[in-house]
Amino acid sequence: MEHSPGTPSVSELRRIARDVRKSVIRITNAAGSGHPGGSLSSADIMTALYFGLLKHDPKNPHWEGRDIFILSKGHAAPGYYSVLAQAGYIPESELMTLRKLGTRLQGHAHTGVPGVEVSTGSLGQGLSIACGIALAHRLDGRKSRIVVLMSDGENDEGETWEAAMFAAYRKLDTITAFIDRNGIQNDGFTKDILDTSVLEDKWKAFGWNVITINGHDFGEIIHAYSTSLQTKGRPTMIIANTVKGKGVSFMENNPSFHGKAPTADEAAKALKELDRTD
Amino acid sequence: MASANLKLESQRKEYGRALLEMGAKNDDLVVLDSDLSVSTRTADFGKAFPDRFFNCGVSEANMVATAAGLAMAGKTVFASTFAVFATGMTYNQIRQSIAYPSTNVKIAASHAGLSVGPDGATHQMFEDIGLMRGLPNMTVVVPADASQTYQATYALAAMKGPAYMRFGRADVPPVSDGHEPFRIGKASVLREGKDVSIIATGQLVHAALIASSMLAEHGTDARVVNMSTIKPLDTGVILDCARKTGAIVTAEEHNVVNGLGDAVCAATSGGYPVPVRKLGLNDTFGESGQAEELMVRYGLTAEGIVDSVAKVMKIRQ
Repeated sequence: MEHSPGTPSVSELRRIARDVRKSVIRITNAAGSGHPGGSLSSADIMTALYFGLLKHDPKNPHWEGRDIFILSKGHAAPGYYSVLAQAGYIPESELMTLRKLGTRLQGHAHTGVPGVEVSTGSLGQGLSIACGIALAHRLDGRKSRIVVLMSDGENDEGETWEAAMFAAYRKLDTITAFIDRNGIQNDGFTKDILDTSVLEDKWKAFGWNVITINGHDFGEIIHAYSTSLQTKGRPTMIIANTVKGKGVSFMENNPSFHGKAPTADEAAKALKELDRTD
Repeated sequence: MASANLKLESQRKEYGRALLEMGAKNDDLVVLDSDLSVSTRTADFGKAFPDRFFNCGVSEANMVATAAGLAMAGKTVFASTFAVFATGMTYNQIRQSIAYPSTNVKIAASHAGLSVGPDGATHQMFEDIGLMRGLPNMTVVVPADASQTYQATYALAAMKGPAYMRFGRADVPPVSDGHEPFRIGKASVLREGKDVSIIATGQLVHAALIASSMLAEHGTDARVVNMSTIKPLDTGVILDCARKTGAIVTAEEHNVVNGLGDAVCAATSGGYPVPVRKLGLNDTFGESGQAEELMVRYGLTAEGIVDSVAKVMKIRQ
């Protein structure tokens, strides 16, 4: 990864990710519902993308030369909107309207929000949409990267594997996908619901370039992404091992915070903990 | 049913011909299929423009969401397969990735309805109009013959936004001369009449015309309407039928639940209530048989329409 003059350092990325996590706690608490666990587990990946990796322009969200990001795990909207606010797509003050009547910040990622390319929420569709965009760009000679962030529970969906086959067969090497492998889905631990392991072998068998990383290590995220840019002839799947609820002790690895907002007391405790992290 | 000397024409062939013609003029037109391209007739487009044709294999959900991605990146997209798969395997993909964001994808489904014939119940789709007309932002078009199918394909390419078009496998008799332009959302009155209105869609429009001749012989003057768009519905023509004739029969190769008949009932009940008799599949699945045998067995014939007219006129008295 070449650090262009505007690219923040790893310590700066950590600071942004911490602010994103604090925002996730505040806004899900204010909304009284939402999905904090998967927002926290994917906060570092989304921070790395928007502050170091993607070509994009918050002042011109439809800039022709931009890379395309699709949050296929649309329930991580609190994290996504927080990153977009940090990047300058939406005012930070708007974040507190999450999930409330009249807001642009719908409970799942929604194109009414500047910067959001695709409305998502029903799992399994993001990779297919990425395939369509990649095909269109190939026809038009556009060089944009198409980045998809998926959940590990999303690997339960049949459509994911339809798209996996299709992308590899069509050699859609402009696609970089991430799986936020936090090991927890709505009803509990993925190993107890529908065990998708060994995911690496599955994606390799489907013809993808597969890289496993620690999804909380910015160096690894950046390096894996750079590798995907050099990979020709096949799409890349970056399987990011993450911790659900990362950054807040009582939310970490706790399935109950997949789709439940922290109470006021829990939020206060969580914010205190996050303030203590570097 | 169609008289023996009528020339039957393929709707599928005309769909494929329109795509091929448009493909030569519009570089942004792309076509997808899921392993049924010979039957849906998208294969000709694929041969002529292999770089803009994507056979997705037997993966309808992926096809539909991939179509959405292509449209999001600026393409005009037609995606085809049989109606039962095009809407049944893909409802949530259509809902979330096409209807909700109002993506410029046209789902053109062949093999709709009972006239699929020998393939039987699993392949005979009677619920597709209902599924699609229930989606906000969705346009639903049902051309009545080959020439209308050709015209409707052009009309769909010209409009922005999501649309569903359905047509059958079987060749059908012509009801239009191809001179009248196809306008999405506009019904055409094919025969004026004062006693009763027959509002039909798809291949039952031809049966409605035959029925009107049979009725005329017995002194009943039937108005015949080709309702080739189910959504947005031409409510003006429906209320005009209600006011002028006071009774309506609807006819469709679709379940009587959620189809044209229900759409007409909703329009009349809110605007000018009159008795409506719905002719269609009576909340049932189909079975194997030749198309024409099946249409007779399930009453989707001119005789069936005449019988419905008698019943609705009885209710009115």
